[in-house]
Amino acid sequence: MARLFSSIAARLVIAVPYLWLLVFFLAPFLIVFKISLSEPALSMPPYQPVFDLAGGVSALLERLGQLSFANYLWLLDDPLYINAYLSSIWIAAVSTLITLAVGYPIAYGMARAPASIRPTLLMLVILPFWTSFLIRVYAWIGILKPEGLLNQFLMLLGLIDEPLVILNTTTAIYIGIVYSYLPFMVLPLYSTLEKMDGSLIEAARDLGCPPMAAFWKITFPMSLPGVVAGCMLVFIPAVGEFVIPDLLGGSRTLMIGKTLWTEFFNNRDWPVSSAVAVILLLILIVPIMFFQRSQARSRETGS
Amino acid sequence: MAGSWGRFNIVSLVLGFAFLYLPILLLVIYSFNESRLVTVWAGFSTKWYVELFSNRGLMDAAWVTARVAFLSATVATVLGTMGAVALSRYTRFRGRLLFSGMVFAPLVMPEVITGLSLLLLFVAINFDRGFFTVTIAHITFSMCFVAVVVQSRLLSFDQSLEEAALDLGATPVRAFFQVTLPVIMPAVISGWMLAFTLSLDDLVIASFTSGPGATTLPMKIYSQVRLGVTPEINAVCTILIGIVAVGVIAASIVTKRQEVQRRRDEQTAMHMAT
Repeated sequence: MARLFSSIAARLVIAVPYLWLLVFFLAPFLIVFKISLSEPALSMPPYQPVFDLAGGVSALLERLGQLSFANYLWLLDDPLYINAYLSSIWIAAVSTLITLAVGYPIAYGMARAPASIRPTLLMLVILPFWTSFLIRVYAWIGILKPEGLLNQFLMLLGLIDEPLVILNTTTAIYIGIVYSYLPFMVLPLYSTLEKMDGSLIEAARDLGCPPMAAFWKITFPMSLPGVVAGCMLVFIPAVGEFVIPDLLGGSRTLMIGKTLWTEFFNNRDWPVSSAVAVILLLILIVPIMFFQRSQARSRETGS
Repeated sequence: MAGSWGRFNIVSLVLGFAFLYLPILLLVIYSFNESRLVTVWAGFSTKWYVELFSNRGLMDAAWVTARVAFLSATVATVLGTMGAVALSRYTRFRGRLLFSGMVFAPLVMPEVITGLSLLLLFVAINFDRGFFTVTIAHITFSMCFVAVVVQSRLLSFDQSLEEAALDLGATPVRAFFQVTLPVIMPAVISGWMLAFTLSLDDLVIASFTSGPGATTLPMKIYSQVRLGVTPEINAVCTILIGIVAVGVIAASIVTKRQEVQRRRDEQTAMHMAT
């Protein structure tokens, strides 16, 4: 009896979260794909049904013949969407590199800090991540705007005569992404750097290797798993980012997350926004799989 | 090691932390500004906080958010812990690869995609949008964060303890609740807190999945931010930052104490055994 109970419990532990994710994570993607193939309609919901299970198999087959890739053709035809995809990938890639350049020295400094203060430093990196993303982006508006704090400060120092225009430019988006995603870069970097065996570098130094060369030949290659994980954690969500380009980028900068939002909420074109989402997912599927494989590998080796 | 902790490291840490904290600090300072102009200092005042509490819409939104965050974090912690146990204790079951994929993907999935797809699901099954749809959406993505946090604790956990309990005749269910769960409890608690703050934070997914009468605080803040920076919003943000900071610091002190206590217990046990 107890064994039966245990085996039911074991099954439930797997089945309940599995079913939840199937219903609320995987199934919705299939629906997005389905709707991206349908025609827009002036009804609620604003699209023509693609599959109607009530009609049976023959009706289903008939419907399959009518699937329309019109939304996709339309997307590919309109340079607005292609430019939005390309500029999202570009902005995300540049921001990821800047985040790496900013995050690496921080992670390195933390890993070399005395062991007694490392937990405190770690906490200081994590703490901003707990405060709202929206608030942290909002904070930058007051700093970057023409009469904002940064310009006031620079003019006070006499470095500039008239305010710099930073808000509502791509520069502001870079700053926003680097700022918001910095903890995601620092944490994986820190965890690889902290485990690193310091004696290797000492050995290289003893053998006459200059510090910079020792860094590029030993430290950096050994921290690559952390670099890859950090870059993926920044790049993938940044491509589809909405809040940062919307609040800091102004109306002229083009990013696909914002385009999708506008299509959906302002133009109420659900089929086109679904097609935008499907293509975005196709672009991101390779880095996502890459991320998952590296995660699974690092978990299996127990690190 | 302290000797080799050179000047370069200290400078990069100081600059790094200044970059992380200065914007938040400025936001907090200017929430106490007398002037309506957010960037011109005109003297200390708490009037925006007073005004805040008489703002009915904001208070309603805060209440909705608190309920959504509490409910979704609690369910997500249960589901996420189950998922973590499934992934770390059952290495072989049908569809395990798909399952682990579904656990890791939401961590990096752009929010616009998750939000849109959930909304289309709710529309397809004719589920009225409101409090429960936002809650379901939040459970779905935060359970994955909980699963990852708890799983990493389970992997570093000494499985021989569990095996000993089983050898002594405990059922797996009992072994889990009496041996495993107490040990992984700090991870489960931080998973809950993570789920709670993720829900408290979320704008994009809530905007897609919410309906009339279920406006969350981030949605309210967002609609006001679009109209410009105001001291009231700075005040709301300061309160939220304060709540989170107190929560996180309290939790870290509690876990640290538990850790010390656990180590002491282990040492006592070792002494008694020898």
